[in-house]
Amino acid sequence: MQTPTTTAEGHQLPTALEQRNPGMDLDLDWVRTVQANTSAIERRAKTLPGRRSVKKDYQAAWLCKAISLIDLTTLSGDDSEGRVARLCAKAKQPVRADILEALGMTGLTTGAVCVYHDMIETAVSSLKGSGIPVAAVSTGFPAGLSPYHLRIAEIGESVKAGAEEIDIVITRRHVLQGNWQALYNEMKEMREACGDAHVKAILATGELGTLRNVARASLVCMMAGADFIKTSTGKESVNATLPVSLVMIRAIRDYYDRTGFRVGYKPAGGISKAKDSLVYLSLIKDELGDRWLQPDLFRFGASSLLGDIERQLEHHVTGQYSANYRHAMA
Amino acid sequence: MTVKEIFDTMDYGPAPESAADALAWIVDQGAAFGHFIDGDWTAPRKDFQSKNPANGETLADLTQASQDEVNAATKAARKAQPKWEGLGGHGRAKYLYAIARLLQKHSRLFAVLETLDNGKPIRESRDIDIPLVQRHFYYHAGMAQLMEAELPDAQALGVCGQIIPWNFPLLMLAWKVAPALAMGNTVVLKPAEYTSLTAMAFADICQQAGLPAGVVNIVTGDGAVGEMITAHEDINKVAFTGSTDVGKRIREATAGSGKSLTLELGGKSPYIVFEDADIDSAIEGLVDAIWFNQGQVCCAGSRLLVQEGIAETFYRKLKTRMDGLRIGNPLDKCIDVGAIVDPVQLQAITDMVAGNTDGETHRAPIEMPVEGCFYPPTLITGLAPSSKLMQEEIFGPVLVSTTFRTPSEAVALANNTRYGLAATLWTENVNLALDIAPKLVAGVVWVNATNLFDAAAGFGGVRESGYGREGGWEGLAAYTKPKGAPKALKPVEAFSGDKGPSDPLDRTPKLYVGGKQARPDGGYSQNIYDKSGALLGQAPIANRKDVRNAVEAAHAAKGWSGTTGHLRAQILYYIAENLSARKDEFATRVNLLTGGKTGAAEVETSIRRLFTYAAWADKYDGQAHGVPIRGVALAMKEPVGVIGALCADDAPLLGLISAMAPAIAMGNRAVLIASEAFPLAATDFYQVLDTSDVPGGVVNILTGSHAELAAPLASHLDVDAVWSFSSSNVSAEIERASAGNLKRTWVNNGLARDWMGTEGEGRTFLQAATEIKNIWVPYGE
Repeated sequence: MQTPTTTAEGHQLPTALEQRNPGMDLDLDWVRTVQANTSAIERRAKTLPGRRSVKKDYQAAWLCKAISLIDLTTLSGDDSEGRVARLCAKAKQPVRADILEALGMTGLTTGAVCVYHDMIETAVSSLKGSGIPVAAVSTGFPAGLSPYHLRIAEIGESVKAGAEEIDIVITRRHVLQGNWQALYNEMKEMREACGDAHVKAILATGELGTLRNVARASLVCMMAGADFIKTSTGKESVNATLPVSLVMIRAIRDYYDRTGFRVGYKPAGGISKAKDSLVYLSLIKDELGDRWLQPDLFRFGASSLLGDIERQLEHHVTGQYSANYRHAMA
Repeated sequence: MTVKEIFDTMDYGPAPESAADALAWIVDQGAAFGHFIDGDWTAPRKDFQSKNPANGETLADLTQASQDEVNAATKAARKAQPKWEGLGGHGRAKYLYAIARLLQKHSRLFAVLETLDNGKPIRESRDIDIPLVQRHFYYHAGMAQLMEAELPDAQALGVCGQIIPWNFPLLMLAWKVAPALAMGNTVVLKPAEYTSLTAMAFADICQQAGLPAGVVNIVTGDGAVGEMITAHEDINKVAFTGSTDVGKRIREATAGSGKSLTLELGGKSPYIVFEDADIDSAIEGLVDAIWFNQGQVCCAGSRLLVQEGIAETFYRKLKTRMDGLRIGNPLDKCIDVGAIVDPVQLQAITDMVAGNTDGETHRAPIEMPVEGCFYPPTLITGLAPSSKLMQEEIFGPVLVSTTFRTPSEAVALANNTRYGLAATLWTENVNLALDIAPKLVAGVVWVNATNLFDAAAGFGGVRESGYGREGGWEGLAAYTKPKGAPKALKPVEAFSGDKGPSDPLDRTPKLYVGGKQARPDGGYSQNIYDKSGALLGQAPIANRKDVRNAVEAAHAAKGWSGTTGHLRAQILYYIAENLSARKDEFATRVNLLTGGKTGAAEVETSIRRLFTYAAWADKYDGQAHGVPIRGVALAMKEPVGVIGALCADDAPLLGLISAMAPAIAMGNRAVLIASEAFPLAATDFYQVLDTSDVPGGVVNILTGSHAELAAPLASHLDVDAVWSFSSSNVSAEIERASAGNLKRTWVNNGLARDWMGTEGEGRTFLQAATEIKNIWVPYGE
């Protein structure tokens, strides 16, 4: 049940590397047998940082990897063309050139830039020729409660505007009410609306009540053809956490075991420290394997993480602790 | 590798914890250690070496204790004990608190030292062992503080000899030393010869804390030193953690010495996964069960039982997970499995696995270190309970497995072992979890978790996993005794005579087995006379086959252990009621038998005693321990099982009832051997039982020679505890014979008990009639 893959190099667009998840019929028996024992999952998550450690050059390399996996994000009401253009410049040159040169990592870029619909055109033109895709949040982000037909239409608009990745939000009440068929139908229609653009399903895990719900919603979205499953909008009071991540990537693993299709994972919101990003990478490495440590299958949704990594990398190169202002702002 | 190359491979790379400070500490100590006796170090000799099992390098030279040195340590402990106890709880609490603080201040030194000496991953020594050590001293500082208020009737045992294993060197030291010191004892401790170094560092801490000289004494060496400690006549208590074989030898060696004994021994703990479990979490639990500390854990979940429907999936996922484990330099912070403690142990594991031809063996195909003592994580599936590896402790990173069909079959498989230390079960069904946990024969049960430990929850086993608890309120019983100084018990002689009976109408007392009167197997009876020499009747002489029959009948009555405390109370009250109706007759009988005048008082006290245990039957509550997780550790009091008791000779009715009532009140079934000299009150008494709704087999009464019956009872492998209040000299024999299945013993060592007074009843009896099982239930949704 495995599909052949090539290793991820160069362009970060998923289509180039991995056969897309076509989805499958909704299998409610499978959905209902899913279990997630909260306290055991929390214990695993809590001990993970103590079980894995990377040091020196390995740490620098892992931090560079983290940068290559960042969806550099701005999702604010006051976003403007100028602000987005700056962000895109940062995506192309995420770390000071001399530091990258010292590390032998010249040419490193972030995984993607993530913006609202209105900013897609600016982002696409700013990133032209860089190979960095533009992701757009969609479907009435963040609450996803605008008229359904408008949510579907929004996807089409964004794709038309040049977004290669669409981050949709699911209707949380379908999960809370156990209405898996409705969730499946919604996800399937959104996937279809995306066409060739890749779709990331934002579960808003902080609003799903239980880890069991997170596990079940993850499965249903994958069955309906999600290319990625993503934790949060970044706007909920609780966003990406290690326990939630563990549940979602175990669902991804089960889905791959059953269907042979790899679905990507994107934790978003709340990951702001270089050290945290290393823990996430080790979690992915141990639970899903190295194949998932590529931009076509893993992304950090983050805005401030990059700044901390830059300081750590300068410290690695110079041996001296760094300061914010030594690094270009986005 | 360049950063770019690592960027592409995403390997972990080395992440070593520095050994420099710990090695410097060893050098500062001269890289050679003597014993820590009376607050000071003896001159070191180079008798044996402590080695790093990860690379074979010698860490330090150590000294094999001589008999003189053990004597000196014991003498120092004896001298220090009264003053230490006299300090009072608060005085001792201050020292224990200081030790806890010092352990915390030097936590990394202890962690690195432990990993160097033992080979366990630094993550475990740093994140588990050493924090638990600190926790144990903090917790028991509190117990010292509370002793006078909360345990007003308890006093220290005296000098404790403590022998600890190599798998958790400092943690086992803490489990032994902290409660002993808290309760006012002093100690002579021997670490395992493979792993003495953290004990040496602990001695250093004792000095820094200003602990009075002689309170803690540490002698090093091999099993021969352990034997010197267990045999030493000036030691009041032996506490041992180690193998079941050595535990049995210690039981035999200390038999009749009057020494208190607790044993924490081997295990083959079941790890049960029901089909509705969170499979990924259950697999992650296995990593912490059998690959924790290289599987060198007495309570390791080493016997995996998986429900048939999920077995294939479970095994496939488990293999994937174990293949991802990282094995190597224990000081690496990114390592899951470290080194086996010694080449001898590595060879033993290798031989056991190599000798197995059953099932399918999966060795994780992990890159192994080129040097040092390492063994790959291994899974053997498809075994039957009859496979040797399903029964014997491997004490390595080797998991054995079979499948089950139903919950009751899971329980049957889980309990099909001589051991009874710990058990783990995984299910998302709370009904199933709370149904199964009490049915597992184990001292500790973890629900949806494994290897959780805390100072507030007792740890210890049943069956051949030993007895006694370490931690919690229940653990204090191992280091205290009731206040008071009992007097010697004089042998009670039967009267002889040659006169006929005063009433010619014959009554034929029989044995009482399985709720029926039974003639003795041997067909012999003995004449019982009163003080004047008049014949009172004939009492049957039971033999070993009658013991066998009585034990069988007691086992057949196992439903009694599942009854409610309320029901047992009703029956105890009913016995009292029916005894009361015949109290004059019993009083007369007792007076005739004993030749005294206390018959009426004895019957009255017997009725009172039945009321006491009827009262207790539904009130000897367990506890919910405050362990530091989101969840509870339920300390449930369970019946011990089948208890054999040699009843007091001097109080023919009250002695019988004083043993019977607490036993059956707590749900045990009893095999009672009546007063040897005055057996006829007991044989009258079974008529009371017959009329009181006591189910057959719950109480069985034999009469005959205590000296003859002690051995078959104490050596019976299906008896769970033996008590002796006999005036015959049988204590040593009972303790020696109990070693076969390590049944619990409670013997009088020739000391008297005032059956009419308060020491004839109460918590001491209830404690002996129960085992405490700690059921850990983490929760959260």
